[in-house]
Amino acid sequence: MHHLELPSYLEQAPEVRDRFDRLKQRPVVLEVKDLNKTFDSRAGEVTALKNINFKTHKREFVCVIGPSGCGKSTLIRILAGLETPTSGQMLLDGKEVHGPGPDRGMVFQGYTLFPWLTVKKNVMFGLEMAGRGKLPAEEEALQWIDLVGLSKFANSYPHQLSGGMKQRVAIARALANQPRILLMDEPFGALDAQTRAKMQSYLLEIWKNIDITILFITHDLDEAIYLADRILVLKAHPGEVQELIEVPVPQPRNPDQLLSPEFLATKKRLEELIHPPEADEGLNEDHLNMVRMVSVDDEVESVF
Amino acid sequence: MANQWFAVRKELKSRPRTMMAILSFVLPLLIWSAVSYIPWLWHPMMSVTEPGDVSYFKVGTLVERTVFDQEVLNMQQADKALPQGDRANPVYLPAPHEVAVAFYTAFTTEPQRRNENWLHESLWSSIQVIFWGFFISSIIGVPIGILCGTYDVFSRLFEPFVEFFRYLPAPAFGALAVAILGIHAAPKIAIIFIGTFFQQILVVSNTTRKLDPALLEAAQTLGAKNLSMLFRVVIPGIITDLYKDMRILLGWAWTYLIVAELIGTSSGITWFITQQARYKNFDNVFAAIMIIGIIGLTTDLLLAWLGKRIFPWQRAAATA
Repeated sequence: MHHLELPSYLEQAPEVRDRFDRLKQRPVVLEVKDLNKTFDSRAGEVTALKNINFKTHKREFVCVIGPSGCGKSTLIRILAGLETPTSGQMLLDGKEVHGPGPDRGMVFQGYTLFPWLTVKKNVMFGLEMAGRGKLPAEEEALQWIDLVGLSKFANSYPHQLSGGMKQRVAIARALANQPRILLMDEPFGALDAQTRAKMQSYLLEIWKNIDITILFITHDLDEAIYLADRILVLKAHPGEVQELIEVPVPQPRNPDQLLSPEFLATKKRLEELIHPPEADEGLNEDHLNMVRMVSVDDEVESVF
Repeated sequence: MANQWFAVRKELKSRPRTMMAILSFVLPLLIWSAVSYIPWLWHPMMSVTEPGDVSYFKVGTLVERTVFDQEVLNMQQADKALPQGDRANPVYLPAPHEVAVAFYTAFTTEPQRRNENWLHESLWSSIQVIFWGFFISSIIGVPIGILCGTYDVFSRLFEPFVEFFRYLPAPAFGALAVAILGIHAAPKIAIIFIGTFFQQILVVSNTTRKLDPALLEAAQTLGAKNLSMLFRVVIPGIITDLYKDMRILLGWAWTYLIVAELIGTSSGITWFITQQARYKNFDNVFAAIMIIGIIGLTTDLLLAWLGKRIFPWQRAAATA
């Protein structure tokens, strides 16, 4: 196999650099300062997150990626207010936030639609919690449902929908609250490859047209590069920020860019960060213990 | 073919399914009929048709077969008239047709004494006792159970005592209930209440705890707070399971009926059964027991059917 000559992922085309410059001029929506999270376990104290610092600008799309155990789920749960940090601050529009609230919408991997409510009522839920009257809430909900293309299913129950449709309802439900930031915890992780690709384009489409800042957790490198303006790479044990990568792939994105040099260069960098080459090969390694188990005179002697 | 019938954890097709449901009732009936109508299968007794010279035999006397054979031998040796008889089952096992008749006659038989009740009156009083006992238990027990399942405070406050109390046998409170509540329906309702209430709190709190916590988290991120969480998420989230629990608990309530009806002034269907057994009207006993079974099964089927109407998301989930 011959190696492609890839540019550095740090190399940015002028328009890309220009865009990042402008992006960083935008107001900061979310700022995380010196965030730490430790858990008490039987084996003693475990540090899940250590000294996390980053800023997310208005209408930016940030992906968080990292190996398993890097605490990316813990991070997003803290941001959503579902867990409390051990120390540190998170500021939303410059103000400190504690506990869960409708200003930070969340989309979970497991859909978490209310099974006893129809699609419409699911989307109305947050609006009603905000004290909106039934009629205006319904009207607004229908607009959001229309936005994710599920008008026909407004009166269906969640179990009647496919996984991709459920997740679209969940997105509509979160967006209906008009949160300052949309937190997405591996939202497409349970979907098959085709549906996932479709959902990614839908999400980009929504993001382009709506005033929303997105923080998106994934373990899929392609997904992260395809969606994100910037990628926050975490490392495991303890979970720390390894690098904040500015994705050099020009916006707006389209699936053809998946094989562009910028894309591949970014992917190569992510691979290096997330799966570093083994330092001590052979030792402590997890491998199969294979012996030849095909008879010598087998019809197919070798698969090659 | 065999694969179709014995596929592990695969549902049968609708025809065989109905067939099995019918068989599950027909099989016991067949066994019962066989034992009742095929003389050589069991029939350990002899029903005397002709007493002969045996002094204590009368027409219709039931004696054990060994005793009968002994008497035949005695008469032979004494050269007297031999008794005759048919093989029969003991009096406590009436044949299906006798019970079938009793189904009708039990309702039309006048009570033997003035202070006793007709069957339908007994039934009605039993149903009332069950209803009130279960109803009072539920309006207190269900809310407490939900609170225990939702808030740790209530769980810690109520559950240790409830755990303790549920081990105290409800019948043990019979005398106390009569002393406090008099001799009529009230102490019986109290026994049903005690038998149901404490289990109910634990069952309901457990069901509440089984609600997917992710739904609660999702609701929180959508802005739901304490009361709206309870009424808009927790309760609708568990309502279908709660409904199933209630159906099971209602079945348990019936089992406390027997004790409940024997305290204070005896009444109700179980008292009817006890009385009829005393008069050796075992066909009536069987009929009454079956009536309880039929009432139980029909209420349950009715509630199941009703549940599918009330909870539309549940109906479609079952067929999906």
